[in-house]
Amino acid sequence: MSDITKKSLTELVENIKNKKLSSTDVTKAFIDRSEKSEKLNTYITNDFTSALDKAKKFDQKPNFNLKLPGIPMAVKDLFCTKNIKTTAGSKILNNFVPTYESTVTENIWNEGAILLGKLNCDEFAMGSSNETSFFGNVQSPIDKNLVPGGSSGGSASAVAGQLTPVTIGTDTGGSIRQPASFTGIVGLKPTYGSCSRYGIVAFASSLDQAGPMAQNVKDCALLYEVISSYDPKDSTSIDFKRNHYSKELTNNIKGKKIGIPKEYRVDGMPKEIEDLWQKGIQYIKDCGAETIDISLPNTSYALPTYYIVAPAEASSNLARYDGVKYGFRAKGENLIDMYEKTRSEGFGAEVQRRIMIGTYVLSSGYYDAYYLKAQKVRKLIKNDFDEAYKKVDAILTPSTPSSAFKIGEKTNDPVSMYLNDIFTVPVNLAGLPGISIPAGHDSKGYPLGLQIIGKAFDEQNILNIAYAMEEKINFKNKITDWWIK
Amino acid sequence: MSKKDSEYLINRKDNQYEVVIGLEVHAQVLSESKLFSTSATKFGAEPNTQVSLVDAAFPGMLPIINEFCVKQAIKTGIGLNAKINKRSVFDRKNYFYADLPQGYQISQFKDPIVGEGKVILDMPYGQKEVGIERLHLEQDAGKSIHDLDPQNTFVDLNRSGVALMEIVSKPDLRSPDEVNAYIKKLRSIMRYLGTCDGNMQEGSLRADVNVSVRPKGSKEFGTRCEIKNVNSIKFMQMAIEYEANRQVDLIEEGKTIDQETRLFDTKKNETRSMRSKEDAHDYRYFPDPDLLPLEVSEKFIEELKNDIPELPDDKKKRFIEEFKLSPYEANILVSDIDTAKYFEEVVAKMGKNKDIKLAVNWITGELFAFLNSKGLEISQSPVSAKNFAILINLIKNGTISGKIAKTVFELMIDGDKDPQKIVEEKGLKQQSDPKALEALIDKIINDNREKAIEYKQGKEKLFGFFVGQAMKASGGKANPQLTNEILKKKL
Repeated sequence: MSDITKKSLTELVENIKNKKLSSTDVTKAFIDRSEKSEKLNTYITNDFTSALDKAKKFDQKPNFNLKLPGIPMAVKDLFCTKNIKTTAGSKILNNFVPTYESTVTENIWNEGAILLGKLNCDEFAMGSSNETSFFGNVQSPIDKNLVPGGSSGGSASAVAGQLTPVTIGTDTGGSIRQPASFTGIVGLKPTYGSCSRYGIVAFASSLDQAGPMAQNVKDCALLYEVISSYDPKDSTSIDFKRNHYSKELTNNIKGKKIGIPKEYRVDGMPKEIEDLWQKGIQYIKDCGAETIDISLPNTSYALPTYYIVAPAEASSNLARYDGVKYGFRAKGENLIDMYEKTRSEGFGAEVQRRIMIGTYVLSSGYYDAYYLKAQKVRKLIKNDFDEAYKKVDAILTPSTPSSAFKIGEKTNDPVSMYLNDIFTVPVNLAGLPGISIPAGHDSKGYPLGLQIIGKAFDEQNILNIAYAMEEKINFKNKITDWWIK
Repeated sequence: MSKKDSEYLINRKDNQYEVVIGLEVHAQVLSESKLFSTSATKFGAEPNTQVSLVDAAFPGMLPIINEFCVKQAIKTGIGLNAKINKRSVFDRKNYFYADLPQGYQISQFKDPIVGEGKVILDMPYGQKEVGIERLHLEQDAGKSIHDLDPQNTFVDLNRSGVALMEIVSKPDLRSPDEVNAYIKKLRSIMRYLGTCDGNMQEGSLRADVNVSVRPKGSKEFGTRCEIKNVNSIKFMQMAIEYEANRQVDLIEEGKTIDQETRLFDTKKNETRSMRSKEDAHDYRYFPDPDLLPLEVSEKFIEELKNDIPELPDDKKKRFIEEFKLSPYEANILVSDIDTAKYFEEVVAKMGKNKDIKLAVNWITGELFAFLNSKGLEISQSPVSAKNFAILINLIKNGTISGKIAKTVFELMIDGDKDPQKIVEEKGLKQQSDPKALEALIDKIINDNREKAIEYKQGKEKLFGFFVGQAMKASGGKANPQLTNEILKKKL
């Protein structure tokens, strides 16, 4: 039975298509394992009963032309799912059941996949350790009391722990790539405008992007080609030519020029991260590609810029959670009192912190000094990448400045927590695609990831580079099943 | 153009004060669907029946701009002789209120779709130009209903997300009368364009009124107060009058005016403070990241320009030139698009030998009087332009007299009857046969020999008596002109 959950998405699809496995077999296997995973706290809501029904129905009338035929899949609880509770990890949406489906999940079900349940995440995707969720922190399957990263921590743990073959997360400043790196899996943040934001609970609209998380690059490519689509329901969705990413995947990257940005060598970065990066450069060379030293001079401004832009947008995006229309409502003496109580009780500390930062930087008298300036710096950061891409095809960096840390280690130090995103945030600010692939382990045996950043809409290229490197790296995730019931 | 301003001044002892007024008009875009969603916009629908997930701000819902509303705004901008901005930006105006589901209103702050323009007002003292500062698109909020339940407030989101054009004037208005003329002119232009129905009762047109006062002759502006959300011209005029006097009184008492937002209490006929400048909302405007900047091409604007009908100012000019109307008559006919349409149709149906002056008199006289008495719009007139034209022609060619025509008009009202038929059926045709009239008049003179002699002896007043007798004998149908001629000859 557990052999099934060890299989990659690509293998499962093949097995179902050539009838070695039924959707029911596969679905049952992942449900069984998920049911034993309580300690990880990955699920906020499970839909196992109905998933099994759907699997049986699929087996009665299978359609093998679909890309995800009868494949069970759990998704981050930031995606609105019709008739299934969607909480965004918050008390304020604890009772919220959408009547509609996000475009990205709709695309997945249209290709034959079956919803297993909704995965835990940081509240409104604000966090780097999955400790801000109203539904409790998620454990990493790698080790006891280890954070899986965030905000897509439930998604990362679920893939690494083989509770779902693949999943989708969202990435505003690193929320796919950082947890992927912490749990030894592959995570892609697509170009802004590639995946529709329709039906995704918004955090920071100009940065949010959904993306796939998987055990390997090929699975990641397949899921990406399913979820990426032009959507007229999202004004920022872009109508560009989309590839058959999994079919066109190749490990031939000979002659590619890969940039190595010197500004990513930050003060206090552990030696093992530097070593990993050097190893990565060697792998690139081994694949027949060339590395070129480049400069992204405004990199050091990325994190402060992000922590102005993202909270500003969030403070406005979260204004709708006011207790009036849906979600949690606290009793109040009058309207203002109801607002204050609802939002004080309904939002957690990190969300409140970011709403306050955002409100502050947008307020009159401070707008020019903070928000407007941040927008200008954002442009400079994007220009840095544009300049670099005149010389190189992609950029290689570490995914994170450290490996996963222990639960509670950074909860009282938000700045140190924010530093987790130092390598991922510039990519969101520039709207570019970035992929994190597992590339090694630190001294404690925890996974470490490398990030490949591409040109806009050039996902195929970074998937190819990741695919070629993956072969050379030959990473094996050390999952001990310490958590299995 | 005469630049003479109104003589509206507020007098106190030795001082005279001028009133300075600027208007922010909120005009509902005439559109079947909302600014960022496909929900309907019908007035008077059951509460919360025209609300989409976007309008109610459900998680993950995104706004999509309604191209038609953009076109309507640009057309209005063209009608206001304004600069159309090829690039404009939607911003979020953030504040909390129960009937504002998103917690922000999508509006345009720094970069509106329409820039500076102007409108011309026809005032008794000449034409007056009023500058337009800008026009921008924004969403309306929902409606809070406080009086249905003693404990709770109800919210109706039907209006949430409906497209509004905010038209901001320069502080060029100087009297309640100019405000009246300005609102009517804006409404007239938008109704010509079909971009706003201008219905103030249904809230399609409302305004925030900025009022300040200054000593006559002063170049500097006084401190202004904004009177929020006034929804009739009458109330605007009353509010301005009250507010200007209040401000003058403060100055006369040596006090200062606080810049604040005020409300007009229509029952007490006074304005009162709503919030001071210090308490003003910080709306934290910033560009809406869910929407890209709105970019329109030169071609897009040109195509809309080609789509603009003849507007009131041009129509007025043409009426004066083509139909030899006085500016006053032309004004009355063009101010409302339906009146202008009716008039032009009457002119067209009257054919070759037409008397336009007569038609104008009849439209502004009999027809308007009747419509007013019934509270009808000209578009609801029971008499069609076609039959109205026939009636005018019957007067013109002498078939009926003006007096008989009034009787015919009254009969036409019921079922838009053909006046020609009415005249025939009721035998109302004017007696214009000289022989028959002569016979009739001979008889009258015979019957009133003594009076005829008196007349000949110089009692000229008696002429009217004979005319009256002729009319009486003919049942009012005797051609008055001919009767006069024959009487003069015979007497």
